[in-house]
Amino acid sequence: MRKIFFYVIVVIIVFLSLLPFLWFVDTSLKSTVEVTSIPPVLVPSGSLHFYQSGIEQYELLHYVKNSIIVAGMTTLVTIIISIFAGYALARLRMRFKGLMLGGLLIVSMFPQISIAGPVWRILDAFGWLNSYQGLILPYVTLTLPLGVWIVASFFKELPRELEDAARIDGCGHLQTLFKIIFPLAAPGIFTAAILVFIYAWNEFFFALLIMTQKQFQTLPVGIALFQGQYTLPWGEIAAASTIATVPLVLLVFLFQKRIVRGLSAGAIKG
Amino acid sequence: MRLSVIAREKIFAVSLIIPSILFVTVFAFYPLLYSFYLSLHRIILGLPGLGQPFIWFENYRELFADRIALHAMINTFLFVFLSTFFEILFGLCIALVINQHFRGRGVVRAAVLVPWAIPTVVSSQMWRFIFHDKYGLVNYAIYGSQVSHYKAWLADPVFAFSAIVVADVWKTSSFAGLLILAGLQMIPDELYEAARIDGASAWQQFKKITLPLIRPALLIALLFRTMDAFRVFDLVFVMTQGGPADATNVLQFYGYKKIFAEGLMGYGSTISVLVFVITLFISLAYIRVLGTRLFEERI
Repeated sequence: MRKIFFYVIVVIIVFLSLLPFLWFVDTSLKSTVEVTSIPPVLVPSGSLHFYQSGIEQYELLHYVKNSIIVAGMTTLVTIIISIFAGYALARLRMRFKGLMLGGLLIVSMFPQISIAGPVWRILDAFGWLNSYQGLILPYVTLTLPLGVWIVASFFKELPRELEDAARIDGCGHLQTLFKIIFPLAAPGIFTAAILVFIYAWNEFFFALLIMTQKQFQTLPVGIALFQGQYTLPWGEIAAASTIATVPLVLLVFLFQKRIVRGLSAGAIKG
Repeated sequence: MRLSVIAREKIFAVSLIIPSILFVTVFAFYPLLYSFYLSLHRIILGLPGLGQPFIWFENYRELFADRIALHAMINTFLFVFLSTFFEILFGLCIALVINQHFRGRGVVRAAVLVPWAIPTVVSSQMWRFIFHDKYGLVNYAIYGSQVSHYKAWLADPVFAFSAIVVADVWKTSSFAGLLILAGLQMIPDELYEAARIDGASAWQQFKKITLPLIRPALLIALLFRTMDAFRVFDLVFVMTQGGPADATNVLQFYGYKKIFAEGLMGYGSTISVLVFVITLFISLAYIRVLGTRLFEERI
C-alpha cells in the first residue's frame, strides 16, 4: 500500500516535470490549423511544417549556429581558465585564497542589471557590440565562479601522494598539472563543462543587450523576439524551442549523475 | 638567482590565477563601480549633446520619489518570497522522493532535471502559451469547450503575477531539490535504524532527524534561490513585459527598460546600484546565519 502511494507520487512528479514541455513539442508538430483551433487539438497530425517554415522564414539554423559558437567558445575558455585557477586554489600555497574564493562567490550572485550598463559601454568602446567576443567575454566572467568551484572541488579529492610522486620524479609544476592532475580530474572537468555550456546556451539577458543585430543573435534571443505579421507564430516558436531544448534534454539524460554531483559539488561540505 | 621551492610555488600559483582575476575585475568588479559612477551623472543615450553632467545624488532623489520603482521593488520582494517558498517546499518533496532507492531512479532524476535545463526563454514562451487566452491549456482544462468563458490570464494583474511565480517554481524547484538531496545523502542510515528500533514513526524521524540535519542544505538552497529569484527578468520580458499596469514589473526589468529602452543610463544605474545593495545585504544576512566557516571549508 505504501509502495503504491510512493509510486503515485513519483508518477506525479515526473508528469508535472515533463508535461508542460511535451505540450510545446506537441504544438510544434501540429499543422497551422491545429495550432489555432479552439479548443486545442491534443493529438497533432505530426506535420513538420513549422520546423520547415522556422528554418526557411525565420532563419532558425542561423540562431543555432550563433548559439553553438557562443556557448562552445565560452565553455572552452572558461574551462581552461578554471583548470588553472582551480588547481592553484585547491592545491598550491598562496595568499588571499579565502578572499579570491569569496570574490568568485560574490560574482556568481551579482544581479546582471548591476553591471549591465557598464559592460555595454565597455563593449561599445571596443566596438564589440554585435560580435561573438562581445558576448563570450562577459559569459566567461559569469561562468568562471561555477567552473572554478566545481573543478577545484574535484581537484581537492585527488590524493596528494600522486603529485608528490610526480614531483620527486622531477616533474615541474605545469607538467604535474597536465600529466597527472588533468587526466585524473577529467570527469570533474567534463562535469563543469556541461554546466557551463548549459548556462551559456540558455543565457538571455546579456545576449539581448549585446546582440541587437539579427545576424549575431543566439537562440534564446531569437525565440523571445519571434514576431509574426498579425499574430504570434506559435508553431514556429514551439519548433524553435524544441530545437533549443533537445540537446539539453539529451545532456540531462546522458549525464544525470554528473550533473547532480556537479550542482551539489562544494555546496554542502559544511 | 635561485628561488626557494615555496617561492616558486607561490609565483606559479599567482600566474595560474591571473586570467581569472583579469576577467572578474574587468567584467564584474569594475562595472560594478562604474555603475555607481554612472548613477551620479545625467546621461541620456538619445541626447549625446547633453554630455555627462555630474549631478551628485540627484538621480537617487528621483528614484526614491519614483512610484513605479517602489512598485517594482514590492513586486520583486513578493516574487522572491513566493517563488523561493514554493521552490524549497517542492524541492524538499522532490529530494525526499529521489533519495529513495527504487527501480528507474536514474530516469526519474533526469526527468526532474529537465525543467532546470530548459532555457528560461523557452519555458517562458511555453507558459505564455499554456496561459494563452484562446489556445491555452489552462483555459481548456478549466472550461473545456465553453469558449465564451475563456480568460485572458496574463491580462489580469493577479493572475499574471501568479503565472510568473508558477513558471519560476516549475523551472527551479528541481535545482533546490538537488541541493537538498546532497544534504539528505549525508545523513547516515544508522540514525534512522536506531530511531525505528526505538519505535519512532516516519513523521517523528523526519522531524527529529531529517529536518535538523538538512538545515544547512536547506539554507544554502534558500540562499541560491533567493539570489536567483532577485534576478528574474526572462520570464517578465517574454510573458508580460512588466504588465498589465506594472503588475509584474520587477527591478531588473525596470532597470533594463530605463537604461536600454529609454536610454536613461544615469538614472537607470541607480536601479543597478539599488539591486546590488539589496542582494549584498541579503547574502550577508544568510552568511551570518550559515556561518562563514561553511564557505571557508567548502574547498
